[in-house]
Amino acid sequence: MSAVTGEEAEPLAAPTSPLKDFWKRFSRNRGAVVGLGVMVFVIIIAALAPVLYPESPWRMVQRPFLAPFQVPGFYLGTDTLGRDVASGLVHGARVSLIVGLISTLVALAIGVPLGAVAGYFGGLVDDAAMRFTEFFQTIPSFALAIVLVAIFQPSLTSIVVAIAVVSWPPVARLVRAEVMSLKRREFVEAARLAGLSNRTILVRQVLPNAMSPIIVMASLMVATAILLESSLAFLGLGDPNIMSWGYMIGASRTVIRTAWWLSFFPGVAILITVLALNLIGEGLSDALNPKLARS
Amino acid sequence: MALLSLKNLCVSLPKGADRTFAVEGVSFDLCAGEVLCVVGESGSGKSMAANALMGLLPRDVAVTAGTAMFAEEDILALPETAKQRLRGARIAMIFQEPMTALNPLMRIGEQIEEAFDAHGVHEGRHEKVLSLIHEVGLPDPAQIARAYPFQLSGGQRQRAMIAMALALEPEVLIADEPTTALDVTTQAQILALIGKLRRERGMAVLFITHDFGVVAEVADRVIVMRHGKVVEAGNAQTVLSAPEHPYTKRLLEAVPSDVVPDAKAAEQGDALLLVEGLRKTFATGGGLFREKRVVNAVDDVSFSIGRGEILGLVGESGSGKSTVGRAVVRLLEPDGGTVALGGQELTTLSPQLLRQARRRVQMVFQDPYASLNPRIKVAGAIAQGPIAMGTPKKDAYAQAGQLLETVGLDRGAADRYPHEFSGGQRQRIGIARALAMRPELIIADEAVSALDVSIQAQILNLLRKLRDEFGLSLLFITHDLRVAAQLCDRVAVMQKGKLVEVGPVQDVFLRPQHAYTKGLLAAVPGARWRDAAVAA
Repeated sequence: MSAVTGEEAEPLAAPTSPLKDFWKRFSRNRGAVVGLGVMVFVIIIAALAPVLYPESPWRMVQRPFLAPFQVPGFYLGTDTLGRDVASGLVHGARVSLIVGLISTLVALAIGVPLGAVAGYFGGLVDDAAMRFTEFFQTIPSFALAIVLVAIFQPSLTSIVVAIAVVSWPPVARLVRAEVMSLKRREFVEAARLAGLSNRTILVRQVLPNAMSPIIVMASLMVATAILLESSLAFLGLGDPNIMSWGYMIGASRTVIRTAWWLSFFPGVAILITVLALNLIGEGLSDALNPKLARS
Repeated sequence: MALLSLKNLCVSLPKGADRTFAVEGVSFDLCAGEVLCVVGESGSGKSMAANALMGLLPRDVAVTAGTAMFAEEDILALPETAKQRLRGARIAMIFQEPMTALNPLMRIGEQIEEAFDAHGVHEGRHEKVLSLIHEVGLPDPAQIARAYPFQLSGGQRQRAMIAMALALEPEVLIADEPTTALDVTTQAQILALIGKLRRERGMAVLFITHDFGVVAEVADRVIVMRHGKVVEAGNAQTVLSAPEHPYTKRLLEAVPSDVVPDAKAAEQGDALLLVEGLRKTFATGGGLFREKRVVNAVDDVSFSIGRGEILGLVGESGSGKSTVGRAVVRLLEPDGGTVALGGQELTTLSPQLLRQARRRVQMVFQDPYASLNPRIKVAGAIAQGPIAMGTPKKDAYAQAGQLLETVGLDRGAADRYPHEFSGGQRQRIGIARALAMRPELIIADEAVSALDVSIQAQILNLLRKLRDEFGLSLLFITHDLRVAAQLCDRVAVMQKGKLVEVGPVQDVFLRPQHAYTKGLLAAVPGARWRDAAVAA
């Protein structure tokens, strides 16, 4: 047998920047770009809250029940006690974002390692971890969150912890499934043959390849966490010292027929933020899983 | 008078693809009762040409020019409804993977009946289905008609696909790599079946394949395609024995020949790897109400590999050959038996000692896409093993650069990610990664099966070169007997978990003892095994 002489016929593909490539795929989804724009706007507003409204949102600044656009400077009106609704919205954005972000990070910190270990080692470890996860999944998550916040006294920390505790099980399940399919790939076997330790293989070889679905899920979890925080605050289980969107709606529900703007504007704020996060999540999913993307 | 006459077919690819046209200016005539083979390597556009004829092109891919005259109509210009009437009834198609081409939730009989349904044939459907199933050589038609696809073997499924394609007695059958996913003995049966149907029904067959052995077996005429263009067309005999175009010549030269070379005699008494009584059983199912199903994947297998020797482990899919390879390095824990590498027993080592010992045995995997971590640069992939073994990072990376040159790649490849490389180049990287550990034995599990024939030839040459340079031993696991004949010193044949024959390559290929080996060798398409000394 004689071989084809010369170098391989196929030339090297031109190197493409992965970041540029990612943005190209992400921006193909128009909704995602809009969502990203809205999210950037919300973040800027939240960051500039002390500049835009230096005074505490709890301070009574005008007479109560001021309708929107009645008095210059109070374009969104005032609430039952004469507090500025616009100021509440801007400061509430900070709380929503902080709660959404931190509780998601905490949930990832619990769910990712647990799911990864369960998926990678399998057997008894997997059984133990998954039964533990199911223990949390069998309890309705909102009920559990209420109980946790009620036990630990409502505060920013207890709310974040409660939301994290009820939202990590799906993360663990997702990571476990991803790891289980990845650990059978040949590059993992090659790494085992190369004498890499289980920890190195899991952290360096397997998990980076499971990042895409985790990122997508995390973006949606931030949205869910914001909703959860609002629901808790609506029920009066918010941190009493912090203005939040949920608290604003909850506090004004008794006057919803006479002062619609008190629950309407925070409601719209929640709707837009959560929608934006969902759009971003969908765009990320398209951009990170090119195979699943709708052409 | 040609039945189907294709003129100047052009199929455009979407923007950003590696070329503008998938198929460019392809013309051919297909006559009744003729088998026309379209041969080419992956990406040559051969399947696209067939899909264009059937109107099955993916989105973003469109026919931009050309005519296909069939029964005095240009089928490329027909409206979709007219194409639907044509598809299945007068032009039928069978696909590569019979498992995915059949609906898993429908009984075989119903799926065949669907073809009649779609074209408004209602009378005597059931009898027709049964006679079709009988015609494609499936046993017990009534039972097969009631079976679901998962209850059939790969070859039986492909026969069912063929029965479906034949339902309305088409004049043209397009077969897109119909035997690529099948074992060699099953492939021989399917090829014989297609040949028989062609003769009996006077059907024209457009046969798409990458395998020149299959071409030699079935083709009347051949078209060789490359980069979407036809480079050579002519009688099968002429093209195969006296190719004109340099590309065809190169392709044919790269095909592993059926002349068995005289292997160098292995030095006796110097076994590097000694496997004795290896066993591995897989148990599936099992529970309160179900009995466990136990499969003896590897059943009492013993063999040895000398230093610098290449042992080929051949067998059909499911014979347990890959399980042997994985059990030797304990990627799977064997259930019994011993594996000794240069006197060191591997099966009883503790995890820590095993990690040290594994440095001496490395693997090269089948799938060049799954075997490299897409998130790790090539240099990192090669250097990870030595670094884990304590080599300083800088030295490991310098060594990785050298190894890339050893396997015939540029040093610059080190800073790139795997997705920037072609299949053959990735396989070279996989070999470099194995070499980085300075192993004594490399287990190559179907290492060239996923590659085009010209790339395959290069990788085989590289393996041979490495054996000579580093005195490496090789356990070469393959289903491809032609490749095994060319590369291996000794060959071991596996069937259903058992080793049925082991011996020097010439003995096994030219004077097979076991009936299974004989059958296997006879089934290889287009091969008449000859001794190198005699053939010369």
